Amino acid sequence: MTSATAAAPALEMRGITKRFGATAALEEVDLVLQKGDVHALLGENGAGKSTLVKILSGALRPDRGGMRLAGRPYHPADPLHGRRSGVSMIYQELNLAPHLTVEENIMLGTEVHSGGFLKRRDVRTKIKETLEFLHHPEIVLDAPVRQLSVGARQIVEISRAIMDRARILVMDEPTSSLTREDTERLFQVIRKLKAEGVSIIYISHFLEEVREVADAYTVLRDGKNVGAGRMAEASLEAIIQLMVGRKISDLFPRVDHRPGEVALSLNGLKGVRMPGAVSLELHRGEILGLAGLIGAGRTETLRAVFGLDARQSGQVEIAGVKALKLKPWQMIRLGLGLLSEDRQGEGLALSRSLTDNITLSRFGPYKKYGFLSLKKRSRAALQWMDELKIKAQGSGQAVASLSGGNQQKAALARLLHQDADVLLLDEPTRGIDVLSKAQIYDWMSRLAARGKGILFVSSYFPELLGVCDRIAVFFRGQVVDVRPAAGWRDESLMAAAMTGKA
Amino acid sequence: MKIMRRKVRLQTLINLLAPFLGLILVLAIFSSMPDVQSRFLRLANLKSVATQSVIVALGALGMTLVIIGGGIDLSAASNIALSSVITAYAVNAGLPPLIAVGLGVLTGGVVGFINGALITRLRLVPFIITMGMMGIARGVAKWIANNQKIDAPLTWVNELMAKSPRPSWLMLAPGVWLMIVFAVAMAVLLRYTVFGRHVFAIGSNEAAARLCGVRTNRAKIIVYTIAGLFCGLSGVMEFSRLTVGDPTVAVGLELDIIAAVVIGGGSLSGGEGSILGSMIGVFIMAFLRNGCTMMGWPNYIQEIIIGVIIVAAVSLDQIRHRRPT
Repeated sequence: MTSATAAAPALEMRGITKRFGATAALEEVDLVLQKGDVHALLGENGAGKSTLVKILSGALRPDRGGMRLAGRPYHPADPLHGRRSGVSMIYQELNLAPHLTVEENIMLGTEVHSGGFLKRRDVRTKIKETLEFLHHPEIVLDAPVRQLSVGARQIVEISRAIMDRARILVMDEPTSSLTREDTERLFQVIRKLKAEGVSIIYISHFLEEVREVADAYTVLRDGKNVGAGRMAEASLEAIIQLMVGRKISDLFPRVDHRPGEVALSLNGLKGVRMPGAVSLELHRGEILGLAGLIGAGRTETLRAVFGLDARQSGQVEIAGVKALKLKPWQMIRLGLGLLSEDRQGEGLALSRSLTDNITLSRFGPYKKYGFLSLKKRSRAALQWMDELKIKAQGSGQAVASLSGGNQQKAALARLLHQDADVLLLDEPTRGIDVLSKAQIYDWMSRLAARGKGILFVSSYFPELLGVCDRIAVFFRGQVVDVRPAAGWRDESLMAAAMTGKA
Repeated sequence: MKIMRRKVRLQTLINLLAPFLGLILVLAIFSSMPDVQSRFLRLANLKSVATQSVIVALGALGMTLVIIGGGIDLSAASNIALSSVITAYAVNAGLPPLIAVGLGVLTGGVVGFINGALITRLRLVPFIITMGMMGIARGVAKWIANNQKIDAPLTWVNELMAKSPRPSWLMLAPGVWLMIVFAVAMAVLLRYTVFGRHVFAIGSNEAAARLCGVRTNRAKIIVYTIAGLFCGLSGVMEFSRLTVGDPTVAVGLELDIIAAVVIGGGSLSGGEGSILGSMIGVFIMAFLRNGCTMMGWPNYIQEIIIGVIIVAAVSLDQIRHRRPT
């Protein structure tokens, strides 16, 4: 490397503009990434972060603007070209082939061969070294990737990038499905990569995390630069303000509510997939948070309550009605509603319209002689879209084409339309923008004020502390402790979730 | 993490052996039936089963590749018929037999190439494209043959499928040898080449493969072309067996071919399958047919049994996969 290029930033993107049809996804966007920096790329959903990153990877071409890698012009023709130039992506939806082994995935697209025949031996030692470097020597090279945990899969992806000798790594929401423990390990890996001179673009909705790991930031809003600088010199409030374009006066708005009689009680409930038996009581007009690490049994508890997983023992009572044997359709009739953590997989019918999705769990009012009235259903859907401020062209728009935040609001709208009395919300704010989050918190509080009971599963402690009346901590399938939210702090929640001791 | 490593190895072993169990079961059942015991496992019978399997087996070699890559080829049987008609047409027209065989195989390849090109260009699911091609190829075959059989003079081509091959040291029909050679070649292609690994990757997660720089469209076109070439060769064998080019031959055979792949562990959602498995699938069905015929059981019994086997094989496969979550 000559002295001229050594001084140049690892990556410069200048005046990047990209249009899709009539809408401008990016307009004159700049991003400068210094060597060895972790650079947070921030913005709400739809702000243009993924478009920018796709242009960097070579998956999209900019209409205007240029890029330089370590001072040299860079015009990737496709992702392979990008990869060969040292730009690697760690995508939000993990970018692995589940049937292939760890080794095969790491080498995918860059297999070492002679005359088309694979040469595996040297490669395997190198992969082992890489995994050791990443503090994960326990990952077995011949295990199919589908047998690995989410955290391990991510390490496989990072290994792939390192094997490519990536100089720039783009991480898109790398921690959204990681446990706090795995997140810590990932941060260690990131620090190690930095020390090796790798530069990282880090996209995340978890601003506290960003603050912990990033050196610099660039904020996008509506496809334009609205701010950039060093992380140490910025406050979170200022960044949030840049992202949403106005001040969010109160992230956790609270409508006054008081707990009433018991709405849902679990007595030693044990489902087939639950690691342990659970006893809990949820009152009307109460938001009860379920904290814990991933795998602690929170999602499994909700699924067993709702009847999605078979129950083995214990009792479920909804407003005094014994419901252990009831199936999901009967649970819905009893006034139970479940919001799945897997929005795209089972939460929504993605290819169907907002009308279909919102009214799916309660067709009753629109039936006449066995026929459904689309007109009445759309009217109801529009009303809820308006209430929840769902941004869409109309009630006929397919849910798949909405942003994450709007999709999540549509999923919530279904429970509201269903008029559920007890809402089981599983990670309702995962991967959505700040504004949508605030709106969802607001609705939760308003629902509680109307006498609804809410079980709120979240891996993000600040929102549990901000929204809940009481918080129960799960550890290896057991409820360790239930306390009023005021009795918990971030640190004590973490300690209870990680050690099982309150 | 020794235990985990051992678990992985044990699982590969189970995965490898599972299809054999089915074949052994079928063989065991028929060789214990008093009525056919004496004839079933005889060399002559084995040879004839092997010869009968050639046409489906060649088709299954290509189909395995297609299914691992997450696709399907419904036009396989029509393609076989078309290729056999073209071969007969060429022999009949007085072309040297070798050229005729080449033309037959090439026809299959062209049909496969068109499948692949349309699937990647029009971005339609393989089911639709190859279902269309199923009709088109069959129609073209009937058109060329003027809606009847094409008679062709006997040549060495007809000896490819002879039960007692001419140089007797060959032991098996040349077609059977071709099948074995190509099966080995395909197994090597799938396991030991970059291309093979890319096919698995595409079937497992096409988006991931594309993002990793795998040229997915190119690979898919090659996959369908290879599958087509095998159908072409299978068509030549069909002509060899029948000595005429019959455009109405092999109707519904694509389902037998797909069944063989699926019984052998191929997953219709892609990413899984093996040549060994598919070949075992072919032989499970061939021995079943053969055994049932020997027992004097009517055709419909065979059909019911094969139907049951398909469902049983695939559900066993699922249970096997579900265990390690």
